[in-house]
Amino acid sequence: MRATFLIGAASLLVVESATMASAQNATSLDVPILYLRQEIDHPPVLSNLDPIPDDLGIAGAELALGDNQTTGRFLGQTYQLDYISVPPDGDFSGTAAEVIANYPVVLVEGSADNLITAADLASAAGTVVFNVSSGEQRLRSADCRANLLHTIPEDAARTDALMQVLVARQWTDLAMIVGPREDDERFAEALRNSARKFGMRFKAEKVWTFDTDLRESTMSEIPRFTQDMPDHDLLLVADPTDDFGRYVLHNTWLPRPVAGTHGLRAESWASVIEAWGAVQLQNRFEDATGRNMRSQDYAAWTAVRAIGEAVTRTSSTDPAVLRDYFLSDDFQLDGFKGRALTFRHWNGQMRQPIAVVNDRALVTLAPVEGFLHHRNETDSLGLDEAESDCTAFQE
Amino acid sequence: MRRISALAFTLLASTAMADGQIWVTNEKDDTVSVIDVDTLEVVQTYPTGERPRGVTFSHDYSRLYICASDSDTVQVMDPNTGEILRDLPSGEDPEQFILHPDNRHLYIANEDDAVTTVVDTENRRVVAQINVGIEPEGMAVSPDGKIVITTSETTNMAHWIDTSTHELFANTLVGARPRHAEFTEDGTKVWVSSEIGGTITVFNVADQSELGKVRFAIQGVNDDLIQPVGMKFSPDQTKVYVALGPSNHVAVVNAETLEVEKYILVGRRVWHMAYSPDQTQLFTTNGVSGDVTVIDVAREEAIKSIKVGRFPWGAAMRPTSN
Repeated sequence: MRATFLIGAASLLVVESATMASAQNATSLDVPILYLRQEIDHPPVLSNLDPIPDDLGIAGAELALGDNQTTGRFLGQTYQLDYISVPPDGDFSGTAAEVIANYPVVLVEGSADNLITAADLASAAGTVVFNVSSGEQRLRSADCRANLLHTIPEDAARTDALMQVLVARQWTDLAMIVGPREDDERFAEALRNSARKFGMRFKAEKVWTFDTDLRESTMSEIPRFTQDMPDHDLLLVADPTDDFGRYVLHNTWLPRPVAGTHGLRAESWASVIEAWGAVQLQNRFEDATGRNMRSQDYAAWTAVRAIGEAVTRTSSTDPAVLRDYFLSDDFQLDGFKGRALTFRHWNGQMRQPIAVVNDRALVTLAPVEGFLHHRNETDSLGLDEAESDCTAFQE
Repeated sequence: MRRISALAFTLLASTAMADGQIWVTNEKDDTVSVIDVDTLEVVQTYPTGERPRGVTFSHDYSRLYICASDSDTVQVMDPNTGEILRDLPSGEDPEQFILHPDNRHLYIANEDDAVTTVVDTENRRVVAQINVGIEPEGMAVSPDGKIVITTSETTNMAHWIDTSTHELFANTLVGARPRHAEFTEDGTKVWVSSEIGGTITVFNVADQSELGKVRFAIQGVNDDLIQPVGMKFSPDQTKVYVALGPSNHVAVVNAETLEVEKYILVGRRVWHMAYSPDQTQLFTTNGVSGDVTVIDVAREEAIKSIKVGRFPWGAAMRPTSN
């Protein structure tokens, strides 16, 4: 119940609004959700301009909790979100082992190894684990788990989305700069695989080797660094930690667009998405946090909303019932991207459009028109059923 | 109340053969375009508040109400001059509204605030605010004025409001992202369209039970792009025309069997519709292509496109006597 705001009148009028349940109301349900995070020490990056928000991810879960509670109010369902954050040197596995079975559903933010650990610990209780952070492909393939669903897209879905746009632009000759870290190489490999899938040509590849603070000399150093690359239509950058990529734009020897982790990017969520009702989600998130919503926030938001949707439709908190519903044809979530979000029944990956964006605008929402698929056009993005080595979902 | 609605009916009937206009809100231009039904051309464009969406006339057509969503107000326009006469208090982000049969109270969906606001258009006061689900949008009122429906896009429910108490008496789940609701003329049924769910749920008003669902399939169009939004009953109530968003079609649905009889190709991302005064033509707003498609109702075919402003959304008809 809440008091009414009276607009444009002198006296305060209070109207109590009924939150009474409908004819189809079930008995009351308590829905406990856990958000389990493994903190990491972020490596130092050249620029201090864009710090990583402390509440990245969990802020999305909190917003969705409010959305679920509003719906739950009408149905006698109460949602609760518990948050456990394990320090960088903490015992993730021990913490997970202690708490995870107390919840029907758990969101995990961490590495691919953290996710496998959590899913294996949760399997005895049947707890459904949501991956809200890792884009590693092995979690959707050989290392998949039957109780592990993914609301964050795999890296390959993002790089495929980017390549679809490049194909549409006929920018087929590529060059690439890859950072020195393990994460950089993994993202570069996703870019290479997608490029191969869509018939692009790699003209050159260089590893970023600078170990100085380049910030005051980018205009002289980066043109020289890119000068020996053969001609290309577009320069890819693989720098997921956001170390040097920002300085490559407009500093290349040839005047070429930049894409990958910087410039033209493929994201599951970005602040420039405004159609499909997205502005309302953006506004709600901004009002709650004072910042823009990012892909990891969106992954946590979709996971908690998916839980709400499944509980609402099944009137159950039994993890087995919820899992069946997530993977069924009946499950449909409105994710403000113009198409219903669903789960791939062969590896638990959420099927979702990918936004290809620059800093100021949405270029397009992939799948790009013309890329067809026999089941669903969105399955042209990322690992398809025939390519996946995942067998845990075959029952 | 009864007398006033009877009067409105008489006015409508007496002007049924007269000329008319279709008023269309252009969401990204902050204007309304006025289309002459006789010439099928835009004859006027008037400025409005920011991001105009829902639009409706008072029963005597002397006032046009416009949801100016981003201006957080409902504007009252004199349709003879295009002048904005005043702003009504509306709550935040009014997206859609419905004028009660009493011709006095507007029920407004406040999309950012999860409330439905009831405004008295005469004394310009907020009469009530009713808590509903997240992102309320679709609004409908029963012909007897006793029930108002609000649909909430994220909560996925139709909320049933008793207009005598302004309290909810039922909340019914529907498909994902419900955006529009329409009562049948006799008030016994209500149709609710779900944009992302791709379905329409038909309810029995007497006990709020579900009578059935309408589903769609268009050859060559991916199912998840078939997104029902606006709906209009045919003049004889036997059919329902359904705007199907980015599938760029209007479906013709049999109101009894709930089967789709035909799909009519229109402009891109079709939102809402309005009839000509004699109900022989149906005008659809096409957001992405920025135009209005004219459908010949008897032939169920598109006969013309009329360019309007950027992102046309709402549509309302006004008969003119000349």
